[in-house]
This record gives sequence, C-alpha cells and structure tokens, in this order.
Amino acid sequence: MSLDPSYLEYPKRGRGMDHDYYRYGSLFDRKPVQWPDDKKLLIWPVISLEYFPMVPKDNPFRAPGHMQTAYPDYRHYTAREYGTRIGIYRLLGAFEKVGIKVSVATNGVVAERYPQLIEDIISGGHEIIAHSTDMNGTIASGMDEADEKALIDGALSTLEKATGKRPRGWLSIARSQSFNTAKLLVEAGVEYMCDWANDELPYKFQTDAGPITNIPLNHELSDRQIINVQQQSIDSYAQQMTDAADWLLAEAGQYGGRMLPMHLTPYITGLPYRISSFEQLIAGFAERDDIGFARGETILDSWKAKQ
Amino acid sequence: MSEAQKSDPGLYDYLPYRSRPKIEWPEDKTCAVWIAPNLEFYELDPAVNPHRKSWAKPHPDVVGYSHRDHANRVSHWRMAEMMTKHGFPGSVSLSVALCDHIPEVVEDANQRGWEFFSHGIYNTRYSYGMDEAQERAIIEDSIATVERATGQRIRGWLAPALTHTPRTLDLLAEYGMDYTCDLYHDDQPTDVKVKSGQLTAIPYSLEVNDHYGFFIYNMSPREYADTLIRQYDRLAEEGAQSATVMCIPLHSYLIGQPHRIGPFEEVLEHIAADGRAWITRAGDIVDAFRKQTGGAS
Repeated sequence: MSLDPSYLEYPKRGRGMDHDYYRYGSLFDRKPVQWPDDKKLLIWPVISLEYFPMVPKDNPFRAPGHMQTAYPDYRHYTAREYGTRIGIYRLLGAFEKVGIKVSVATNGVVAERYPQLIEDIISGGHEIIAHSTDMNGTIASGMDEADEKALIDGALSTLEKATGKRPRGWLSIARSQSFNTAKLLVEAGVEYMCDWANDELPYKFQTDAGPITNIPLNHELSDRQIINVQQQSIDSYAQQMTDAADWLLAEAGQYGGRMLPMHLTPYITGLPYRISSFEQLIAGFAERDDIGFARGETILDSWKAKQ
Repeated sequence: MSEAQKSDPGLYDYLPYRSRPKIEWPEDKTCAVWIAPNLEFYELDPAVNPHRKSWAKPHPDVVGYSHRDHANRVSHWRMAEMMTKHGFPGSVSLSVALCDHIPEVVEDANQRGWEFFSHGIYNTRYSYGMDEAQERAIIEDSIATVERATGQRIRGWLAPALTHTPRTLDLLAEYGMDYTCDLYHDDQPTDVKVKSGQLTAIPYSLEVNDHYGFFIYNMSPREYADTLIRQYDRLAEEGAQSATVMCIPLHSYLIGQPHRIGPFEEVLEHIAADGRAWITRAGDIVDAFRKQTGGAS
C-alpha cells in the first residue's frame, strides 16, 4: 500500500499563508489601536436573528439549530420562533436598559415576515448585519457561483428594502464560506464580514474584486458554543466573558485597544431562567469606565480611520 | 492494510504499577512536568488522504481553519509569554512546515529555549496508507527542516494528527530518535520494543490535553484548570514512591483564548510554587530515565 506520490508534494509550502486572502501578522506587532472615548476594550454584541423554515435544506448543509425530527417538527420550529417573538425582545431590553447599541445579524426573510421587529431594532439605534436569506441559505464550496451571488444579493436587497439602508456587514450561516464568498461580498458592496475567527482585531482580507475587512466574531465565546454545545450554564458563560474581558483589558494597557465579541442567540440566552444573569453581566460591564460597547460598523470606521 | 494486523502490538512488557523499581528525578522532585505546545500549520485546501478527511466541511472550512490560525496570529504569543513568565519551557510538537510558513513563531520558541520534536509536515497530512519510503521521506524531511530552522536535531515524534503505520516506531528508532509521545499506557517513561536502537515512550496525554478538555469533555476554562491541578497533585504525591511524569499538551488556539488563559495561569502558579515539580523538557526526562534504567528493557 502506498499513497499517491502527490500526497508528499507541498506546492504551497513557503513563506506566509497557503493562500492569498490575507498576510500573516502577529496581533502583538500591530500599531496600537485607539478606540473612541479612550475605551481600552470594546465589547461587540452580535445577536443572530434567524428564521428556520420547517422544511430544512441539506444542500450544501443543514444549519446548526435546524429541524431534527420527522416532519412536522413543531418542537424545533416553534422553539426557534420563541427567539424571534420573545427572546429577541428580552435581549434588546437588556441592552436598552443600559443604553447599549448592538449589531443584529438578520436573515433577510425576518425583515419580510416581522417588519415590526425590524422597526424596533432600527428605531433603537441598532445595526443590521446581513445574515443570509433564512436558515436554509447556507453557503459552501460546490455551490454554483451564480446561485451564491443571487443568495447574497437577495439577502442584502431584502434588508435594504426593509430598513432603507444597505447592510455594511455580513455574517454567513455557521460562518461557512466558499472560495468565492468574500469576492461576491465585495462585489455586492459589503464592507466587512464576520466569518473568519483567526484574529482579535479587524484585518484586511483580499479578494479578486478588491479588499474587505474581516472583523473576527470569536465563535468560541458564543452562547451557542458555551451553552448549547459545551452544555455549560449561563453563570459559567458570564464567568468566561468576565475572565475574557479582564484578560483583554490587561493586554490593552500594554498593546492598545482590544475588542471582545459577544455573539448571542435569542432562543438560547433570551430564556426566562437565563436572562437575569445576562443582564447582570452586561450591567457590570457597562459600569466600568475602561469598557465600551460598539456596533460592528462603529468598530470598522474607528479601525479604518487609524490604518 | 495489507500487512498482517496484530491484536497485541507487542509494544512493551506488562509492568504493574505496584512495587516498581524507584525512579528518581533531580533534587528529589517527585513529578517531572513538561508542557507540549502543539505549534501547527493546517492547510486551507490540503491534498486528500483516502483514509481520513482533513476537514469536516468542504474546503475552505472557514471555522476549522481560522480557529487554528488564531494560534499563529494571536494565541501562541499569549501562551508562550505566560509559560516563560512562570519558568516553564516548552517541548514543541511541531508541524515542521511551520518553519517555512511562519518562521516568526518557530524562532520565538527556539529563542525561549524550547525543544522541538516532529508532529509531521502539516497537521492536514496523515501517515495512514504511506509505504515505507514515504514514511522515511517525512521523517527525513522533519529532521532536515527543523535542523535548518532551529539548529536542533529532533529527538522525538508525535504522529501527525496521531496517524501511524505499524512500522513508525521502528523507523523512529532507526533514525536515532529517542522518544515517542504516541503511547498512553503509563505515568512513567517506558522503553518500547523496536527492531533496532532504543525508543522511550514518554507520557504525553490525551486525557488532560486541552483539546480533550474543551472539545471532548466540554469543560469550562476553570474546570480544565482544576483538572490539571488535581492531575498534578496526585502524580506529585504518588511520585514519592517512584517518580512520575505529567505532560500538559496544549494547542494555543484553545488555551490562549482570552477566556481561558487567565484560569490557566493559576495552574502554572500552583505547580511552580509547589516544590515537588521538576519543570523541564521532554528530552531531559528521557535522559534522566535512561541514566537510571540503562539500555532498552
């Protein structure tokens, strides 16, 4: 038995990354970032606002959180709807109580189905990030480029129509991209994406259609990962976010501004038995002078202005 | 596999934990503690091995790849600085192609006095299905690449993504390697039966590996820190009878995340302050073991 000889050939083995999307660079060698109002740490809340059709699509893959039982899966369909009816309002309420503006990564379909909710988000001063069409709008290699382009354009247009403003940011479902996604986002006028988790500050990402900024949305520090996947409690989540904030604040003293993404899911954190701990967590952060909160576009503008 | 498969691989003789000859570490330390940072490079679009998939998703697996790339951009630096601060050297499990792609990280580890052993070329290229010539090629590549980049001759091996062939251990010994990190049968070093030369199995660990802690056992950062402290306290206590080894195998993209690195610092403080730990590198442990036990058993 042996492997094809090409398995021991390494055509991309050389200085730098094994692709042209971005250059290597250590976080600790960058020009220090200065955030508005001299905040040392910016927390970036991102709420995913999702609509799961009761008929799931497995091509290219079934989204996390999607239907699980034989049809009709009322259990998961309605439990996800709890998020867009109740959970989202608990989360928005928690943030509004302490005067925090957030980013809401929104499926285009939600804007068509629940215009009142979108109006409440916009009038609250929050930002809409485009988050595909609905939870059947997953992207991966193997997808026809024209179909992917139509999906991206469709999601952006729907949200633009509903809100009067074209979203500046994009989050893919499960952060899954094809080799074309970043290029298609640039062509569609998107300024930043949140999919690549390899950094803790924004950085420039190259495509054949020009550059886009990636603002890394740490997938490990999401309520989905900590509470649903790792089966930890909301109190453990709060502890982990607090430990992260403390660590990053200490680093900021030496290396310049840091950011802490806070990725939330309405049907996870917006439950009655979890929301109080969450409210205490953000109220505690809001009381600290060295910590600020920001929407994605604020982080983008502030970071870009100093590059 | 075309080779005959063995139900007992015959790696070593059974040696019960009770009534073993006494092993001693320098200065009467009871537990040798070594940290094994995995400094890795994963390919975005690797060649396909018919025996194992590289990524769960079609390429590019953005989360899988970018999570691991966090190591070289961010978390290696955070983890390495903390290890140095508390007096812990690393024994690096190295994807040797990292020497070519991101020499900054390899040079940093070398300057800190860390030792290197091979973890294959990339952590997206597996040994499954290799013939002997192919396996020799990756061993020779590893030796040459690390020597060129760091001046160090590698002494050990952790199979790339833990993928082996039945001839791997014999080949490692033939090439003069001193230790393997791939066998999990003991809390003390063991000489492994090889066709020629001498090869010592040094305790690495899957059970207290940060990957197991966070992705198999789903521990919180503080639960993982507590696990490491309990593991150490027990091994240091038992090591008074016959000295033990504790490895802390790390992936900086896991332990170096901002919510985990703080609790981990408490582990290093605990072990450094305890007094029973011989905080050292893998090669030093193998040397001390062989000095007491002589040639291959």
